[in-house]
Amino acid sequence: MKDRVRITMRLLSYLSPYKLRVVGAYGAMGVVTLLNMVMPALLGWVVDIGLTPLAERTAEMVEIPDWIPLDATVEAFALSADRSFLIAAAAALVAVAIVRAFFAFWLIYLASWLGQVTSYDIRNQYFRHVQHLSFGFHDRSQTGDLMSRAIGDILKVRMFLGEGLIEALNIPVLFFFVAVVLFRMDPHLAVIGLSPLVVLAVVTLRFGQVIEPRFKLVQDQEGVISARAQENFSGMRVVKTFAREPWETERFQEANETFLQRRIRVIASFADYFPTMNAIVAFAMVLVLWFGGRGVLAGDVTLGTLVSFSFYIVLLASPTQNLGFLVNRAGEAVAAGRRLFEILDTKSDIVERPDAIELPTIRGEVAFDHVTFNYGDRDVLHDVTFQVEPNMIVALFGPTGSGKSTVVNLIPRFYDVRDGAVLIDGHDVRDVTIDSLRRQIATVHQDTFLFSATIRDNIAYGRLDADEDAVIAAAKAARAHEFILELPDGYDTLIGERGVNLSGGQRQRIAIARALLMEPRILVLDDATSAVDTETEHQIQEALAELMAGRTTFIIAQRLLTLKRADLILVMDGGRIVERGTHEELVAEGGLYARIYDLQLRDQERMAQAAGAVGTAGQTATGGASSPEAGGGAPSRAHGSSDEAGGGSTT
Amino acid sequence: MSSDPRMERRARKRSQAVTLDEIFGTEQADKRFGSFDRRLFRRLMGYVKPYRRKLYVAIVLMAISNAAMVAVPNLVGVAIDVIGGGIAPGGDVAAATRTLAFVLIGIGAATIIELFTNRARLYILAEMGTRVIVDIRVGLFRHLQSLSIRFYDNYKVGRLISRIMGDVSVLQDFVTWSIVGTARSLFTLLFIVVSLYWRNATLATLVLLVLPVMAILTRMWSARAREAWREIRRRIAIINGYLNETVTGVRVIKSFARESVNEETFDWLNRRHLEATLYAAKLAAFFFPTVDALGTCAVAIVVLYAALAKDNTLTPGDLTAFVLLVERFFEPIRELSRRYNQLLATMAASERIFELLDLEPEIKDAPDAYEMPPIEGHVEFDDVWFGYDPEKLVLKGISLDVPAGTTVALVGETGAGKSSMINLVGRFYDIQSGQIRIDGHDISKVTKASLRDQMGVVLQETFLFSGSIADNIRYGRLDASDEEVVEAARTVGAHDFIVALPEGYDTQVGERGVNLSVGQRQLIAFARALLADPRILILDEATSSVDTETEMAIQHAIERLLADRTSIVIAHRLSTVVNADQIAVVDDGRIVERGTHEELIEARGAYFKLYTMQWASMTDAA
Repeated sequence: MKDRVRITMRLLSYLSPYKLRVVGAYGAMGVVTLLNMVMPALLGWVVDIGLTPLAERTAEMVEIPDWIPLDATVEAFALSADRSFLIAAAAALVAVAIVRAFFAFWLIYLASWLGQVTSYDIRNQYFRHVQHLSFGFHDRSQTGDLMSRAIGDILKVRMFLGEGLIEALNIPVLFFFVAVVLFRMDPHLAVIGLSPLVVLAVVTLRFGQVIEPRFKLVQDQEGVISARAQENFSGMRVVKTFAREPWETERFQEANETFLQRRIRVIASFADYFPTMNAIVAFAMVLVLWFGGRGVLAGDVTLGTLVSFSFYIVLLASPTQNLGFLVNRAGEAVAAGRRLFEILDTKSDIVERPDAIELPTIRGEVAFDHVTFNYGDRDVLHDVTFQVEPNMIVALFGPTGSGKSTVVNLIPRFYDVRDGAVLIDGHDVRDVTIDSLRRQIATVHQDTFLFSATIRDNIAYGRLDADEDAVIAAAKAARAHEFILELPDGYDTLIGERGVNLSGGQRQRIAIARALLMEPRILVLDDATSAVDTETEHQIQEALAELMAGRTTFIIAQRLLTLKRADLILVMDGGRIVERGTHEELVAEGGLYARIYDLQLRDQERMAQAAGAVGTAGQTATGGASSPEAGGGAPSRAHGSSDEAGGGSTT
Repeated sequence: MSSDPRMERRARKRSQAVTLDEIFGTEQADKRFGSFDRRLFRRLMGYVKPYRRKLYVAIVLMAISNAAMVAVPNLVGVAIDVIGGGIAPGGDVAAATRTLAFVLIGIGAATIIELFTNRARLYILAEMGTRVIVDIRVGLFRHLQSLSIRFYDNYKVGRLISRIMGDVSVLQDFVTWSIVGTARSLFTLLFIVVSLYWRNATLATLVLLVLPVMAILTRMWSARAREAWREIRRRIAIINGYLNETVTGVRVIKSFARESVNEETFDWLNRRHLEATLYAAKLAAFFFPTVDALGTCAVAIVVLYAALAKDNTLTPGDLTAFVLLVERFFEPIRELSRRYNQLLATMAASERIFELLDLEPEIKDAPDAYEMPPIEGHVEFDDVWFGYDPEKLVLKGISLDVPAGTTVALVGETGAGKSSMINLVGRFYDIQSGQIRIDGHDISKVTKASLRDQMGVVLQETFLFSGSIADNIRYGRLDASDEEVVEAARTVGAHDFIVALPEGYDTQVGERGVNLSVGQRQLIAFARALLADPRILILDEATSSVDTETEMAIQHAIERLLADRTSIVIAHRLSTVVNADQIAVVDDGRIVERGTHEELIEARGAYFKLYTMQWASMTDAA
């Protein structure tokens, strides 16, 4: 409960920068409500004064309010007093209509203005915050969840802070005004007329409680249907290969049957409540007419009073029917606010120190000093220490989960170490500003993520100020220029959902160009094999070679070729560096590296033995450094082949 | 907006956002409204036809409740006049009280009639409308199941979802509410007009003068509001698309330290959305108060009439009834305008749905197709020519003989035609010429179900359905017992990691389930195929890198999977290729070499070249 109040207050605080407009909106609401009170009163007077012949009037009934310019009207139209009064009343009605329209305009406009502007603020804040949160947060959270908070929850908050709150407050205000007027007219009749409306309010609140969970059930089921369809379409090949179409249709039908039952139940609750609400209003009317009518006949009240009484009841009826919905909305907004604040209150794990300095242009020396890192309660790195000179190529090697990715993620400070330090040119990465650090480090990930934008925008992603020539130069160096020119709009070709689909190899090269344009001092590569043809593979290798030249490079190595090219291989297992050295050194050492090397190459050895002297042909087929181990195959063991190839690539 | 130096940046951002518009602008927003088409409408109503009796009953109930609804204000007027008569000079108070009681009982009766007829009507509509929609949705789904893989190659899943969910729910609103709702609004208007004229013809005519103004205003407004809302939806779609991309690409964003630029872009998109919503707010803020004001003016006309009519015939009851009736007058007009928009939206949605329903399944069983009897698994390609686009042939005269129980490995560069070959064996596409035979049966002459029932396919990308692991394995054979499921998992070496999961075989996988590694997913797919125990197995080996242990497990599983059945494999693993009974080297749609590994190495031809270039230089070391 206390929590609810706190969240509500916090939601309301979003309105505080716009105090003047809040005052305007609520002021307009008050004026409109007051003006709505005029018509029933006027109609009562119209009945008592205008429509009742003078002769029938008792003296105390003729109570013409001062503000109606009766005398002037009589003079102007040369009519009897009652008819003049009617003209004045008509004029007053028109005047009320116009003034009310003016205020109602501001009421409606400002109410939605407040909702929209606060949701604009919240959305911006949400975006900034989500973007700001660290890798650790994004590892744990799901895209769908973050999106549904941004879409659904902000909408709910908006409706509450805008129209919802005003409408909800309008009901008690109106009720109060009407009650005051009715009690002054006739307290007995007021009690009789208002009590069914109190019942109505209770019924609508009850309705709100009943309908909401049922609505949710329908929406959930729509989600189920949608998910089932989506899965079926995406997995159509599997469905068809197992000839499961009839079974799938049956399952889909079942989901739809459930939906049918649930939707019928929702509409049934409408059917149960709505006509009942109308009936309650009609019942109030009958009560007022019966007791009020007898009062009129007894001469206690005037007919006009009865008429205006009836209209007040009508005036109150329709906002009251909305009460249930409004209360629900407020409840939903609080729940939505809680979900939003959950994200907004999450602190980023990576915090820039207040006295952080700009990292000057670096040479590219990287050192890990007794680094320990854990992820949740799982230890990922234990006491990792190494030092890398500028422009070295470092290969990280080891089984899945050995900590390779973690090592490279610590360099741009995507995560913070638990113990020890990561140093770049002697600066602890936690002592420098995050921007100045990351701008000097480029990463090419395993799953190439490109943005839905033009190819040019994607290449210039890291450096917006890059001119056309720089972009093209980067694309050329990444061996992407040629295929880009063949695309329908060249560099302006859109990629992504609505644009052109690029192949895996093409995407990789664009990512390489993007990294190149950054001119980073330190480069992080995830060197994964993907299904590309030989030609593309060759081009990617060339592009990578270009990218690595003259920079400190860390590669999560998958290929033998890369390992042989590395100046230093760090072999990782269980979060520790278990071996280090060059390819030849490690193979000679006969440790983990040599074992994996043997295991993976067993096939090729068998192959090489079967093929006999394949070596020379292999080298002519691909040329140069791209096929060293085939060349070295020979009849002997892998060690032999590596010696030969190693000699070729490390000098 | 201003002429400061920020102008240029703003302009640049504008152009950027325009591109984003193009990217994210949802298709639905573009085509939300159609135009009325009698043919489409008839076809749509065809779905309602089975329930037409219910519809008629609903309309009758609606007419009754409407009459009752309009009777109430009339009776209130009568009651007021009865009371007025009682206090008039010479009025009989006792008689008036009696009459008043009768009139009020009348109001009560009308209310109760309205209550029950309305309730009954809503119940009927709920049932009818939802049934129609379920019929349409399931019908569409069933039809989609019959369409060929080629259709799914071209039609994005997102678009299909927006058909089967979005468009169908537009129809749902139409079928449930619009048909009767339109009639209801027309009835209400009619009853009100009749009541007004019945009470006072001159006054009725005067009051109805407001009507054309009202109608024009509503039309104008709804056209603009429609545009404004379309724009809002478009802009919010852009925002959500941008946000989605930011969340999914957040690692790249952080690596490139792009946060502040993205913030500006987001703010700009957000502001554009804000502007659109404020415009719509302005429209609403103008329209609704104006309508209310017009209503009040109609009341003013009534009062003015009372003042100016030669003989003052307007009674207090007339006044009350008129005001109450006029107040109920505007809702049906607004409602009709809404219904009209909905009709247009319905037209557009149903057109898109019918378009899908009208697609003929490309691959159909021949009229005289027969069930293929249990097969041995002898597969023959006999001079097969094929292209996804008949103009662009992918396979150019493939002939291949795979004796029952043997394994053939297809090797070759990406795009050579290997995938097409395996797609054809299950008849996922039809060939242009030649013949594919299994045990001598031409596969285009047998039923698809009997063909595919005897085949298993394991694709590169492992697709698991959401559900438990056991469910996923059982997908291969629905009637398999738990023991058989476990046995299949054991055989492919998946059992150990499955039982190590928190809930073992009941662990949920798929989008909302646990994350399995690529290798684990593959093993499950193998178990699924093994459980089906097909005579012919088609395997497209995945190339993704897995760690050594998993690699060993997969190699072992593949061996078990291929044993004792005809297997056609797109091979990426050397071990698979070497163990195959024959290797077919595919290049540019032709088989250029065939033989065992040793033979082909000996031959020093295409296979040898491919081997030295591809496997030798690219083999994973990790």
